[in-house]
Amino acid sequence: MRHILIIAAALFASSALAETPRDFLTRFEKEAGAAASAERGARFFNTSHGGEWSCASCHTERPAQAGRHAKTGKAIAPLAPAANAERFTDAAKVDKWFRRNCNDTLNRLCSAQEKADVMAWLLAPK
Amino acid sequence: MKRIIFPPLFALLAALALPAQADSYRLPKNAVFEEECGSCHIAFPPQMLHADSWRAMMGDLSRHFGSDASIDEKRRTAITDFLVANSGGRKTGDTRDAQGKPLLRITETARFAKKHREISTATWKRVAIKSPANCAACHALAAVGEYSDHSAVSPK
Ligand code: HEC
Ligand code: HEC
Ligand code: HEC
Repeated sequence: MRHILIIAAALFASSALAETPRDFLTRFEKEAGAAASAERGARFFNTSHGGEWSCASCHTERPAQAGRHAKTGKAIAPLAPAANAERFTDAAKVDKWFRRNCNDTLNRLCSAQEKADVMAWLLAPK
Repeated sequence: MKRIIFPPLFALLAALALPAQADSYRLPKNAVFEEECGSCHIAFPPQMLHADSWRAMMGDLSRHFGSDASIDEKRRTAITDFLVANSGGRKTGDTRDAQGKPLLRITETARFAKKHREISTATWKRVAIKSPANCAACHALAAVGEYSDHSAVSPK
């Protein structure tokens, strides 16, 4: 019984705090001051930007499937929320990985517009 | 050589303890370490480097082997403390380079070379392995710190 209460409390607490993938699309669009384009997002994700890697090097061109780290070979769970319910539910995690992966792929941070476009593409029905 | 000067009882105890300990690098549970240091590769065993190596690595995470692995200051300090507390002991051996600087790669240590001296250059280069740092390609239980030689295989 105690366990059920604890689980219920934990669920309540996490549903009160957790974000949904759509929240990130909204946030990035607002920061960019313009609507997102899934088509631009796909192009951004799948092409390299002067460096060795594109986003697809590790996440594949079909983000509903599992990827593989281009250098270490470690498996990476799918990025598309439809295929992986844990994605885009924690702002600190989302911001951390955009920072790291954009630095590694573009040698700079991604703009709000680029992030909005990627979100739109990841959320688009495939 | 050294073993001869050990008192016999101590030698016996050491021999009994050895089979169980030689190959296990299990750790106290630490969610932050596992999440932050086990996302791009398996979480490497802290026991395989000395504290000075971990401090040097944790001081420059935004340029971590060509990747940006930067984290917030609170987590950085917590993970550094955890790595230092579980860092190598006597059997870890020397983990400095010829200039005396702490090595950052386990795969460049003398102990790693010794444990893997039977593996050929061609094997290291196989596609399924990619890098000597890809422990899990050959040690199926690397993610839980199990590296015993009977569980190690070299994939084709
Ligand atoms: C070198 C490999 C690599 C490249 C290149 C890469 N990523 Fe990642 N990405 C990872 C890893 C590893 C993780 C974290 C592991 C995990 O969460 O499964 C991750 C996680 C993420 C996350 C976290 C999402 C969440 O909520 O869990 C986002 C967003 C992301 N990547 C976006 C991108 C974008 C956008 C690009 C291109 C600019 C990119 N990645 C390029 C390896 C890579
Ligand atoms: C953003 C991705 C990423 C994150 C996060 C990350 N690493 Fe790494 N790490 C790498 C890459 C890439 C390499 C180089 C792998 C190779 O050469 O095959 C590496 C290599 C290493 C090596 C050397 C392996 C060898 O050759 O012996 C150690 C030790 C290491 N990392 C420890 C850590 C620790 C501790 C953390 C947590 C603070 C961490 N890593 C987090 C990407 C990452
Ligand atoms: C190419 C495959 C391969 C890779 C990659 C590899 N190992 Fe090994 N490892 C082996 C084999 C095979 C043995 C057994 C060697 C023997 O018995 O001669 C071994 C032995 C060991 C041992 C000694 C175990 C014992 O019982 O004494 C340790 C510790 C170890 N490996 C750690 C690692 C770590 C840490 C990594 C990654 C940084 C790694 N290995 C990467 C194949 C590999």
